[in-house]
Amino acid sequence: MALPGYVGNAPTSFFVTGDPMIYASDVLIVLTVIGIVFVLTYYKKWGWLWREWLTTVDHKKIGIMYLIAALLMLFRGGTDAVLMRTQLALPNMHFLEAEHYDQIFTTHGTIMILFMAMPLVFAMMNIAVPLQIGARDVAFPYLNAISFWLFFFGALLLNLSFVIGGSPDGGWTSYPPLVENPTDPGPGENFYLLALQISGIGSMATGINFLVTILKMRAPGMTLMRMPLFCWSILATSILIIFSFPALTIALALVLIDRLFDAHFFTMLQGGNPMMYINLFWVWGHPEVYIVVLPAFGIFSEVIATFSRKRTFGYSSMVASMLAIAVISYLVWLHHFFTMGAGPGVNTFFAISTMCVGIPTGVKVFNWLFTMYQGRIRMTVPMLWSIGFIPTFAIGGATGVMLAVAPADYQYHNSYFLIAHFHQTLIGGVVYGMFAGLYYWWPKMFGFILNERIGRWAFWFFNIGFYVCFLPQYQLGFMGMTRRIYVYPAGMGWTALNLISTIGAYLMAVGFVLIVVDILYSIRYGERDVTGDPWDGRTLEWSLPSPAPHYNFARIPTVTARDAWWVMKGERKRGEVKRELEPLEPIHMPNNSGRPFILSVLFFLGGFGLVFEWYWLAIPSGIGVMVCLLLRSLEYNMDHYIPVSEIKRTEAALGRS
Amino acid sequence: MGLVVSIVLTLLALWVVQAHALSHAMLLAVILVLAVLQIVVQLAFFMHFTESAGPRYHVSALALGFVFTFCIVAGSIWIMTFGGTQPY
Repeated sequence: MALPGYVGNAPTSFFVTGDPMIYASDVLIVLTVIGIVFVLTYYKKWGWLWREWLTTVDHKKIGIMYLIAALLMLFRGGTDAVLMRTQLALPNMHFLEAEHYDQIFTTHGTIMILFMAMPLVFAMMNIAVPLQIGARDVAFPYLNAISFWLFFFGALLLNLSFVIGGSPDGGWTSYPPLVENPTDPGPGENFYLLALQISGIGSMATGINFLVTILKMRAPGMTLMRMPLFCWSILATSILIIFSFPALTIALALVLIDRLFDAHFFTMLQGGNPMMYINLFWVWGHPEVYIVVLPAFGIFSEVIATFSRKRTFGYSSMVASMLAIAVISYLVWLHHFFTMGAGPGVNTFFAISTMCVGIPTGVKVFNWLFTMYQGRIRMTVPMLWSIGFIPTFAIGGATGVMLAVAPADYQYHNSYFLIAHFHQTLIGGVVYGMFAGLYYWWPKMFGFILNERIGRWAFWFFNIGFYVCFLPQYQLGFMGMTRRIYVYPAGMGWTALNLISTIGAYLMAVGFVLIVVDILYSIRYGERDVTGDPWDGRTLEWSLPSPAPHYNFARIPTVTARDAWWVMKGERKRGEVKRELEPLEPIHMPNNSGRPFILSVLFFLGGFGLVFEWYWLAIPSGIGVMVCLLLRSLEYNMDHYIPVSEIKRTEAALGRS
Repeated sequence: MGLVVSIVLTLLALWVVQAHALSHAMLLAVILVLAVLQIVVQLAFFMHFTESAGPRYHVSALALGFVFTFCIVAGSIWIMTFGGTQPY
């Protein structure tokens, strides 16, 4: 891409110009928008969209919206990955220019962590947690809608940088002094800072929301130690979100103040210290990887227990190790910058704490294996993803311990060895987990099962592609290839391994496309789930019809043991049927509201204004945000009761009494 | 009341830095004390943590918060002194 001529933060050209690929995407974006507008108008769906989706506070619908947004972002981040691998396939490629490559690896990392992994995790929590604990919604449904829309518009803001103003290019970690004004002019970096800040508010709110939901909204009898392990993992994740996100907020805010108002928090010559940014970033950054991977652990626990027809082996050790991981994850952040040179004492402490975090993780792996031991294993697609996860994570964990050895890390640091390691844990852990959850809870979300045959093809393409892509990168790291280089000469001996790696990336892309094909195919031909319990499940969400009615439980269940639904099914089979005779009562539900959407639009406009330092836009938007908050404080008509007659009608229509 | 106290504490911290009146070690100590006071003010006046007899986990949650805060602050100070070779 031609270097855009910027003056300060003001772009000389508002739209990004000069690259045929970007022109092509401009055309595609315009066509897609016209297409969506046309379809909505033609089928008169605008009212439906507003009433059913944009204003909803129903956790199940919010979960579905998170899921759709996350899959779109996975597509965007995946496209970035394929572009990068194409550029690196052969030496001296001229597919991408240096500038463009920088932007692509920045947006790839940012999108994959913050706008793909996080929302995918939030999707699973929204869909499953209230159903698993026997609640009718989350503790703060209105806040939940705000969380989603803030995430959505944060993601939109970051993606907009692609066609308007220019993408960020300082890496997903965005270290100063590189990202300060003199070395990184233009609005790209501002897009990164503000998009993360806006979606970060949403993440924080989600953390608080789910912590309170799990502590306060459990059905009678569901003690903490009777909760499904997925809920435990979300509890641990929520704690991590609440305590780690403030560090990111501060770090990004300081960079923003540096950039917009010429402060010097991270400018060495003016008394600032850029290393403080690195420190703060990883105070958030390390817990962040556990924020995304713990829910995946929770999903594996559910899936493996269900498809082995056994209860989870070592439930209490699973809980203990999860919480141990959560606490230890606050003591390891320095291992991301051993080479900063904080001294041998510091490096030793953090090296040892990092190795310690491997112990509870190992406990969990053995528990999953023992859960499967002597179980009646059904090789469904969610189970395939779970079993596929174990070796990938074992390799990722082992290389992680290698990286934790501080002196050796001076060799591995920022090499392809590191790249291979964290992709191995993040893809092998998070993405596999979320795909397992996707296939597992899909019938609960939509009322039909995804096609198993296509799902298997997708898994094998993805899994094989994954090893083909990342195992050569370990080797490349040892051979001296560093991350973020966009071109390499021919005589280095790297060519064959890079080519293999690129082939692997394409195989993974085929796997992703097959999942999309599976979804499209199954919408039409997928097996309908009429029982609500297609997998012979163990936890309460499977006691409901698929998809669940919007109030979830007509009668809140009383829980007597772990795996509550399994126990209830056992009682029914043995004839000890306690017919649920207590009469239905009106159900108290929150009202829908358009304000979370409007509030987030205002946040988006405010962020967009700050990106270009257009205060005429940013300040009124900020005032608008305040007005929205004030209106909410003055609102009294926030909830309604569903009358018994309507509950009866809905339940009868679902074939339940 | 809480608002006033918290603003005063913030301004005080800013002032001790701007005034250059203290040695580095003293400055660090004063700012840390002010920060701890700030936490107490926030908890007492905005979170009302003394006013309700909540369940037991309130205490443990607060304790966990303090553990994390302590680890992050102490760890950051330790890291950012670079083995004592830096002037700050």
